[in-house]
Amino acid sequence: MKTLKFAALVAAGLMAAAPALADLVVPNLSYRTGPYGANGTQYADGFNDYFTLLNERDGGIGGEKIQVPECETAYNTEKGVECYESTKSSGALVYNPLSTGITYQLIPKVSVDKIPLYTPGYGRTSAKNGKVFEWVFNAPANYWDGASIAIKYLLDQNGGDLNGKKIALVYHNSAYGKEPIRTLQELAKKHGFSLTEIPVEAPGQEQKSQWLQIRRDKPDFVLMWGWGVMNQVAIQEAANIRFPMENFIGIWWAGSEIDVTPAGAGANGYKSVTFNGVGMDYPIYDDLKTHVIDPGKASQGGPHVGSAVYSRGMYAAVVIAEAIRKAQELAGTSAITPTQLRDGFEQLDITPDRLAELGLPDFGPEIKMTCDNHGGSGMARMQQWDAEAKKWNLITEFTEPDQEVLAPLILEDSEAYAKEAGITPRDC
Amino acid sequence: MDQLIFASEVLVNGLMTGVMYSLVALGFVLIYKASGVFNYAQGVMALFAALTLVGIQQGQVPFRHLINAIFGTHLESFGWTLPSVLAILLTAVVMIALAWLIEKLVLQHLVGQEPIILFMATIGLAYFLEGFGDVMWGADIKTLDVGLPQGISDAVEATTANWFGYGFFIDRLDIWATIIAAVLVAALVAFSQYTKQGRAMRAVADDHQAALSVGISLQFIWIMVWSIAGFVALVAGIMWGTKSGVQFSLSLIALKALPVLMLGGFTSIPGAIVGGLIVGVGEKLFEFWIGPMVGGATENWFAYVLALLFLVFRPQGLFGEKIIERV
Amino acid sequence: MLYREAGDFKTGYRSDGQTFPIRLDRWGYYALVAVAFLVVPFLINDYWANAVLVPFLIYAIAALGLNILTGYAGQVSLGTGGFMAVGAYAVYKLMTAFPDVSIVIHILLAGGITAIVGMLFGLPSLRIKGFYLAVATLAAQFFLVWLFNKVPWFYNYSASGQITAPERTVLGMAVTGPATSAPAKYLICLCFVFVLAWLARNLTRGTLGRKWMAIRDMDIAAEIIGVNPLTAKLSAFAISSFFVGIAGALLFSVYLGAAEVGEAFGINKSFLVLFMIIIGGLGSIFGSFAGAAFMVLLPVFLKNVLVGSLGWPTDLAAHIELMIVGALIIVFLIVEPHGLARLWALAKEKLRLWPFPH
Repeated sequence: MKTLKFAALVAAGLMAAAPALADLVVPNLSYRTGPYGANGTQYADGFNDYFTLLNERDGGIGGEKIQVPECETAYNTEKGVECYESTKSSGALVYNPLSTGITYQLIPKVSVDKIPLYTPGYGRTSAKNGKVFEWVFNAPANYWDGASIAIKYLLDQNGGDLNGKKIALVYHNSAYGKEPIRTLQELAKKHGFSLTEIPVEAPGQEQKSQWLQIRRDKPDFVLMWGWGVMNQVAIQEAANIRFPMENFIGIWWAGSEIDVTPAGAGANGYKSVTFNGVGMDYPIYDDLKTHVIDPGKASQGGPHVGSAVYSRGMYAAVVIAEAIRKAQELAGTSAITPTQLRDGFEQLDITPDRLAELGLPDFGPEIKMTCDNHGGSGMARMQQWDAEAKKWNLITEFTEPDQEVLAPLILEDSEAYAKEAGITPRDC
Repeated sequence: MDQLIFASEVLVNGLMTGVMYSLVALGFVLIYKASGVFNYAQGVMALFAALTLVGIQQGQVPFRHLINAIFGTHLESFGWTLPSVLAILLTAVVMIALAWLIEKLVLQHLVGQEPIILFMATIGLAYFLEGFGDVMWGADIKTLDVGLPQGISDAVEATTANWFGYGFFIDRLDIWATIIAAVLVAALVAFSQYTKQGRAMRAVADDHQAALSVGISLQFIWIMVWSIAGFVALVAGIMWGTKSGVQFSLSLIALKALPVLMLGGFTSIPGAIVGGLIVGVGEKLFEFWIGPMVGGATENWFAYVLALLFLVFRPQGLFGEKIIERV
Repeated sequence: MLYREAGDFKTGYRSDGQTFPIRLDRWGYYALVAVAFLVVPFLINDYWANAVLVPFLIYAIAALGLNILTGYAGQVSLGTGGFMAVGAYAVYKLMTAFPDVSIVIHILLAGGITAIVGMLFGLPSLRIKGFYLAVATLAAQFFLVWLFNKVPWFYNYSASGQITAPERTVLGMAVTGPATSAPAKYLICLCFVFVLAWLARNLTRGTLGRKWMAIRDMDIAAEIIGVNPLTAKLSAFAISSFFVGIAGALLFSVYLGAAEVGEAFGINKSFLVLFMIIIGGLGSIFGSFAGAAFMVLLPVFLKNVLVGSLGWPTDLAAHIELMIVGALIIVFLIVEPHGLARLWALAKEKLRLWPFPH
């Protein structure tokens, strides 16, 4: 009898608790533990807080409350799959796992289950091609956009000429870190700079030989595709060898406060690409303070409000909320299905005016997605770290990437995927 | 000629890195020698020590996240900043308490078990401590600053630039690590040679039964050894934490110490130092010469393969006790 | 009273040496197999398949493999993750190179390839013993992961180095790829588990198994009584790696569908499988299953209770989950160092005497 009771308890424990089906469900596949937990926490907080704000202030979207069940993945693909399966049945509308590994895992699954997957600034770059990746969206920018914008910025700084310059790429030796290599090689051909690839094995605690190599080769610029502890060590080592920080540019995932603060004053001048605003100088924070932070409803108590990664999490939530709104408008009903949400994403148009209306003027680039373009314009900008004031300053406007180089690459990669997975690209 | 100069720069830096590895490996050796336990939790102990140090120094409220979640309070910090020395001392006390707890709750109940069972228990301990450290101090990245200098050493750069026409890069933190490691080893050696407790410790390491029969308290020795290992973990935690911030990944340095142990032998303190130096120099030089040919990022496995090849010729490591097998 | 062996007469060596000497056990086993094959496939849904049953079955194979090496032959290995990666990449290369050949053959071949690699890395075991060997097998772990990450041929030159399993069918049913139904996934894994467990059981109680156990108990003594350590140790590495390779192939192709080597087959995987066999019981087939079930179910269970039922914040729950798993491992080792298998045996012993224990 005891064993029976125990078995029943275990079975009950294994059944995921299902939320009420009436609400709009946007699961938050977050990670607050493990090697990347420090970054994941901030992102998840921003994501949660925006939906809390919508629920508290507007009573949800179109009168429907939004539920954000959180599930811990620890940046681990198997736990990610478990989270996906356990939240799927509760009527999940869209997934945003913040992990390139889990994204690769979910791309085939969402195509079968017909649930949109929104991966802003990470995941599979060629998912921009909506003809092949019907259910995946990666606006406003992807890694190749980021690489191109970094190079464009350098071109700008050097009077439009990078001929004969040496650029080194320090990258996380994983799917994520390898993403920009192809693009940078193409760009190197086009602009005549030389590219040195310097991999760092995860986790990246020890990078002495990499930075000795940089010190020896004296590249003019260093780009970095890093994540987790690798960022802090790289920035510290760069400061140690007195590499000029203003020539050191990270991708957006290597551009948060926690990456630069351990290096202290040495990190001053470090730059990173970003596609979202940072800091609390936006009108939305007034609302957030009144409706979320002050009543004590902020995720984790709100220790990270306004940080770069928090802002990015919030931005992801903004785009999803806008897509839901669009879908409700198109479908004429407030209780939308994932398929209707996909249509909402495909007709999404977040203009600068709309952003200002949301209390986030100039927070992100204009996003306009269509059936064949799931990646938007790919615009991003540069930010620079001010170690004394401990804040990021935006130093350029949103710029367009070099689509001339990127478009064929995206077409090539997505077609290779279509062939491998046996997908016939749809007509748009 | 240039190649040679670069290589010697790499070599010197490899030596320095090796010292950092040795610091972690030392803790393993101490415990293995005295109790035959292969303590996988050594890396997590370093993380835990560093977390505690930062927490105490900055006056964070322990378990605040848990307390806040349960009671709905908004505790953040006590609002003090302690001087480094005091914080280090307090952390050392915490590590001693931890050693006592480990002995009482875990080791005591596992006396006489097979080595692999003890090894697994320390992995369980590693899991536990990892979760415990996070619950106690939070999982965000913390900056550790006990006043150790960092950055390139100008003196070394200027001197070498004079000699070779190329200024060597040496991190001041690494120089400090070397000095501290030397002091630590000297202190450990002095302790084990010239104090009563130290001699008792060596007696236990030699033969548990014989030590017991002459009236040495096994329990006391074990607590002491785990405390010392905890202190060594604290030193390693300070060094690595200063380098990269205190965060989860700090526990993974244990993986860097394992090949050092294999090379040096599990039972030898000088072995841990020499092994560390060999691994540090070996992996850096390999990455420098061969790395570019095979695509780089070889450091994760090179040390292991080196140690493996080495062990084939000397199965007990460089300084390990000769393994004598009888039927 | 109910569970007893009275009246269960053996009339030959054959029946005396069978796996389940007690009739009730035998019936229980048949019933379990029948339920697993005939009932569960009709009840299973995506959640149960992907979160619980399929990982359990796959890890059971890996645990069986490691148990052969560590539990039966006494060679501690921390290279399981690396060997699983070999299986995964082998099956990926085979699947994409020969799309017309049945996936079942590919998976078996992947196991074979892993066996060869395992033997290669098993060679040092002839010289190195104990913890030195355990740490030495980490060389395999790190080197293999690096290799698969570095050489583009292994991942068919894809831009990011990820491998994705294309759709393949068995008897007209998709078993890999995104369109696979939950019962198909479950059944293909179950078939492999069934056959491999049978194989493991019969290997370990035959000549080979006895040789392994002799080596485990004392290799010098074993050598003296005529067991060749070279063949015994290498065969243990080969067969163990065969199992582990199949587990890796299934994990990638059937369960995950896409994988990145450093993430999916990292050092944590090696530790996880080692935990399974220690908690389940070294040198026990049942223990491999029990350990796999324990390690797969416990985190899911804790997560659902702490987050789902108690409503704790997920990060706190995850940290406390770590603490509970760690503490449970220690408690298990203290209470019963021989694992769940031993507890099970003791329980059966008690049941046989019940209700008159004296």
